[in-house]
This record gives sequence, C-alpha cells and structure tokens, in this order.
Amino acid sequence: MSDLYQTQRAMRNKRQAAIQRGVIAVLDVGSAKIACFVLRFDGPERFRDAEGIGSMAGQSAFRVIGAATTRSRGVRFGEIETMHETERAIRTAVQAAQKMANVRVDHVIACFSGAKPRSYGVTGSVELQDGQVSENCVARALASCDLPDYGGEREVLHAQPVNFAVDHRSGLGDPRGQAGNALSTDLHMLTVDRTPIENLLYCIKRCDLDVAGIASSAYAAGISSLVEDEQELGAACIDLGGGSTGISIFIKKHMIYADTVRMGGDHVTSDISQGLQVPMPTAERIKTFYGGVVATGMDDREMIDLSSDTGDWEHDRRTVSRAEVIGVMRPRMEEILEEVRVRLDAAGFEHLPSQRIVLTGGASQLPGLDGLATKILGQQVRLGRPLRVQGLPQSVTGPSFAAAVGTCLFAAHPQDEWWDFDVPVDSYPARSLKRAVKWFKDNW
Amino acid sequence: MRAVKRTPTLKRDPAPSKWAYRAERLWLRPGFRRLVRTGAPLGLAVAAGIWYFGDDARQQAIADWMVEARASIETRPEFMVKVMAVDGASDILDGHIREVMPVDLPVSSFDLDLEAMRAQVESLDAVERVDLRVRAGGVLQVTVEERVPAIIWRGPDGLELLDDMGHRVAQIAVRSERPDLPIIAGEGANAAVPEALALLEAAEPIGGRVQGLVRISELRWDLVMDRDQRIMLPQNGAGPALDRVIALNEAQDLLARDIARVDIRNGDRPTVRLTEGALDDMRILKGIEIKGNTDE
Repeated sequence: MSDLYQTQRAMRNKRQAAIQRGVIAVLDVGSAKIACFVLRFDGPERFRDAEGIGSMAGQSAFRVIGAATTRSRGVRFGEIETMHETERAIRTAVQAAQKMANVRVDHVIACFSGAKPRSYGVTGSVELQDGQVSENCVARALASCDLPDYGGEREVLHAQPVNFAVDHRSGLGDPRGQAGNALSTDLHMLTVDRTPIENLLYCIKRCDLDVAGIASSAYAAGISSLVEDEQELGAACIDLGGGSTGISIFIKKHMIYADTVRMGGDHVTSDISQGLQVPMPTAERIKTFYGGVVATGMDDREMIDLSSDTGDWEHDRRTVSRAEVIGVMRPRMEEILEEVRVRLDAAGFEHLPSQRIVLTGGASQLPGLDGLATKILGQQVRLGRPLRVQGLPQSVTGPSFAAAVGTCLFAAHPQDEWWDFDVPVDSYPARSLKRAVKWFKDNW
Repeated sequence: MRAVKRTPTLKRDPAPSKWAYRAERLWLRPGFRRLVRTGAPLGLAVAAGIWYFGDDARQQAIADWMVEARASIETRPEFMVKVMAVDGASDILDGHIREVMPVDLPVSSFDLDLEAMRAQVESLDAVERVDLRVRAGGVLQVTVEERVPAIIWRGPDGLELLDDMGHRVAQIAVRSERPDLPIIAGEGANAAVPEALALLEAAEPIGGRVQGLVRISELRWDLVMDRDQRIMLPQNGAGPALDRVIALNEAQDLLARDIARVDIRNGDRPTVRLTEGALDDMRILKGIEIKGNTDE
C-alpha cells in the first residue's frame, strides 16, 4: 500500500513539474480510438495570484494546442491486449499531437476504462489532540482508514476523501481549522487489476514518455460531462465506449462509485457483422450511417446495399432494410443498458436525491438512444457532451472525447486524493532512526 | 435503395517507427533544433575557416594581399602630401625646418606622424610653438611661432642669441650682426635673462654708456660701462641699487668722474674706487706724500 502511495505521489510531483514547464499531454487509451491532447498551461487561471477556488473548474488554466486521434489497435475491453500494436498506436497519436502543437511533450496523463474497477467506501477516524483539525490530522485520518482486502492483484487507482465529519457534524468539504474532538473521513477508493495498469505504463514508457498521472475514464468522463449542479446533487455518467461502458456516480462534487460494463459499441458492430454476415469495417460503417435503436415504418422501406466483392453474385447483391439493422442493434443496446441498470441498482443509485443520468461516449451518438435509455434507466436521462475547453478542435468536441477532455480537467485541477496529504509523522518507521543511530555508533 | 457507398478496405494502420518517433521528438527539442540550425553551420564555417587559414602559404598570400591593398589605397593621389608650406618663419628658420623635417615629400598622409614631426620641429631652438596639419590639396601646413631674440650672451660657446626667457635662439659670429641687442656675459648669465633685461631697462638714463652686464659667480650682476667703469650690483635688490646709483649720478654726476668702480653690493656702505690716476691726483691735491709718488 505504501508502495502505491509512493508511486502516486511521484506521479503527482511529475504532474507538478510538467505544469511548471507548461506542457503536458493527455492520453485516452480506449478500445475504439486513442486520443492525445497536448495542453499548454498559460491561461489566466495559471497566473492567478490568490489561492483558493478558481472561477472555473480549472479549464481556463490551459489550452489545447495539439489534438490527434487514431484508431486503436490491440485494445479490448479497455485493456491492452497486444502491447506492440498499442504502443504503435500511442506513438502515432502522440507524434501527430506533437506535430500539431509543435512542441515536445515528456509527461503524459493517461486514462483507460478497463481493468475491472471496483469501488470501496472506507472510513477512518482519529482523535484530535489539540482540539483543532490540522493538515496532519487529515493525513492521520486518511491513514487510519481500515482498508478492505481487495486482493493482491489489484491496485488503488483513486482514493478520494469524499466527506469529513468533525464530531457529529458531517458533510464537511474541508475540515481544516475546525474545532472538535474527533475527525472521521469517508474515502472512496477505486481499485483496478494490476496487470492492465502495468501494461499501460509499460507501453507509455516504451514511447519515451513519463506518466504524470493515471485516471479511470469513467471518472474522467463524469467530470467533463456532468454539469456542476448534477455533480453536486447526484448524477450518474454512463460513458458508452467502444469496448466497455463506464459508470460513475457523483454527488457533492465527488465520485462515490465507479464501475464498468464490459460491453460497448464494438459489440454492436460485431453483432451487425455476425447477423448480416458482413466484414467488420462494413458493419461499423452501417452502424454509424444507418444505425439506430427505434425502428419506424419508414425504416422498413429504406434498403441498405450490402455490396461486397466475393465473386458470388447472390452474396454480393444482398440488401437489408434499416429496420433489420435496428433489430440487430437494439437488443445489444438494451443488454448494455440493462447491465448498467443492474450496476446502478447495486450501487444504490435510487437513494440519491437527484437521479440524473447522462449518456456520453461514442456509442451515445446512436440515434434514439436517449429514448431507449429513458425506458430502462429512468426518466431523467440526457445526452451529454464534454465541457468545452479552450483550443479544442471542433472535430474532437464530440461525446467520444468525454474521457479525454475529462482527463484534461483532471490534469489541470485534480481533486484531492489520499496521496496529496503528507505521511503522518507518527507513521514514519522507527527502524530507520535506530539504524541511523547504529550507523553513528559504528562509525564514530 | 441505400448503399454503403465505399467498402472500406482495412488499411494497415500507419504508425511511425520507433526511430522515426524518437527522431521527431529529438527534433522538437528546442536546444537540439538550435544546435542543428545555428550551431552546426557555424561550426562548419569555423572548421572550414580553420582549415583554409591553417596553411602558411595561404596566410602569407593573404597578408601580402592586405599589405598591397593598404599600400595601394595609401598611395592614391587623394592621400598624398606633396608640398610643405611653412608660415611665420624667417628664411633661415624655414631652411632649418625643411632640413629637420624627417619626411621626404611627396609622402602619403597615412605615413605622417604629425606628433613626432611637431616634436622634431619644436626641438629647434628658434621655434617657440608650431602647428602642423595636412591641409586639403596635399599640403603639409607648418605654422611656426618664432622665438624673438632679446639679448646676446657671450657664453662659453661664443655669442648666442637668447629670448626674453633666456632660451637659446641662435648663434651669431660677431656682435655686430645684431647691434640692436644688449649683451650679457658670464657663466650662468643665461639663467637670469629676465633680471638682466629689467636691469638694462632700469639703466636707460645712462643707456648711452652701458656696454653690457656681466654675471659674477652666477650670483650677481656687474653693469659694465665704457671708460672701463663698472657698477657692482648686489645679489638681492639689484634694481633698487641701480636706481640709487643712477640717482646719485643725476645728482652728483657720479659716473662722469674719474671712477673705476661703483660698489653698491653693500647698500649700507656704497663704495667707489677711483682710477689709478685720479687716486694719485687726489693724493697730490691733499698733499699726501707716498714714496711711490715722488719717484718721477
């Protein structure tokens, strides 16, 4: 655990250094596409002299000076499957973004969707010695959290304190300076499988880049697509990606739950491919041009030509109606949304004061999806697009880039995590002091 | 019927090779870019220069060429000094100046060291001040201010003309070359010329009889007059002493008498020395018998 604490801390330092240098790259490693943005930190927010909360969520501190996206290779379910292919894809995206920005980037903040994220809510509490909450007390409270046994093969990706309570006053955002006798904290901890993370870090390292941070794309999509009151009052962000569908639930501006359904747009494509017996690229094209989830009478008459080049006349001259395509796509979309419903129910989403659901991600562009989602997920469904950030090209402002834009915000203005607080003084190992004393005795 | 217009062929995804990617990243490094764009051409140029100028023969050729080019510019007619014009000098001094001027005209104005030439000309005794400049049209203008001889000094090297500060002006062969100037004599007399001139001016009432001044022991003056008369002046206050003598002369016609010396060295006790004949006459007048007197 402390090993991870050190790595995450080192990443935070790298992020700080990169922001000092003014240039940082954001990499979204998805199953359908890999996007790379180059951010330059020279906005007015950066040079704000006063401390405290800025005018915006940090998005005025930077502008995007390079953006590139490439088809993803070797990634399935948001996890890297073929290392070399993925490495080449990352290289392509990074090089194109660098070329556009005309600046070299050394630090990169990555987000990815797979690796089976699992949420834990843990609590910790400490007695306050001097009757007042100090920074050290917060660190001690966070360190005192009793960690669940999340398995040896897993790593903590996010560990965000979502709530503080001093004595019996709960719901404090920042308890520092409060008077009281006991401080307790609720920590939302997101763990993921270790191997996919290591693969991703290895791929990025092979591209001569330094990882300055790593984020879950469900979280990133949430912070970019949910508007402020949704984040405050409670909302779920469904990031319908290519290989997986990320779910993140926010309340009081903190993520309290994240999960992934290992199904996405690629499964719809493969259904079309299998159902209509067309190659995957054709199926993808049919999906994006004629896809939908609600069939009307008009769709029966709209015929799609499935031309191919096999030499078999009958096979090459097939046609299919749009209603049939929708008939293939709809069950899969329903299945994905049902699965999301199950995860939301498991998380206790219905107990939130506001149950807004925001659909984002590439697959949310499917026509009629909001209507289908309303039937399955509830009435308060809307389609979300990521926040507009300065300098972002028009072509990458779509919902497919929600996670990438969210990672930009995460890079610019990360929420406090457990590793942002110093190690409490009393947890320094006593052995090192003894060893120092021994060294002195031996040598003097 | 709607068509899937283009059946996309699955193209191999383009990706930069690892080395192309690294090269591009290296190229995006500003320092490296500057090195290649500025440093490399500069280094190449310097290396080429070192290689080119490293050869001794080539260096010599370049040096020769430079000397030649310089000479060809210097000897252009625009820069040549052809004539020397001397203003404010007498004919003899003019000749002297032309003699001592260390350059042979025509010469390039680049080769003229005006400061040294000025020093050279000023080292002439007869020159008090000199201005040298190269005038337009290739004329070396020498403007001389001559020393004016004020006195003749009969010194160890013969007759010398001195100016009013005692500086040597020229040598003359005989006194009659400059009969208008007073004469002084004696060792160290040239060091006290201003005093001598003041004394001679004071002696104006008896000017007709004054022959000159003699410096005695480099201390004091003797005013020498005709009839072998001398006025021995004190070391200090020679002027007032001379005035006294002149006043005596005017009152009692002292100098017209048969006197050889007027000794006013001690102001409290001025003394006169009679000539030998006068002394005898005075003794005879006084009836003093001296043995020698009655020899005749």
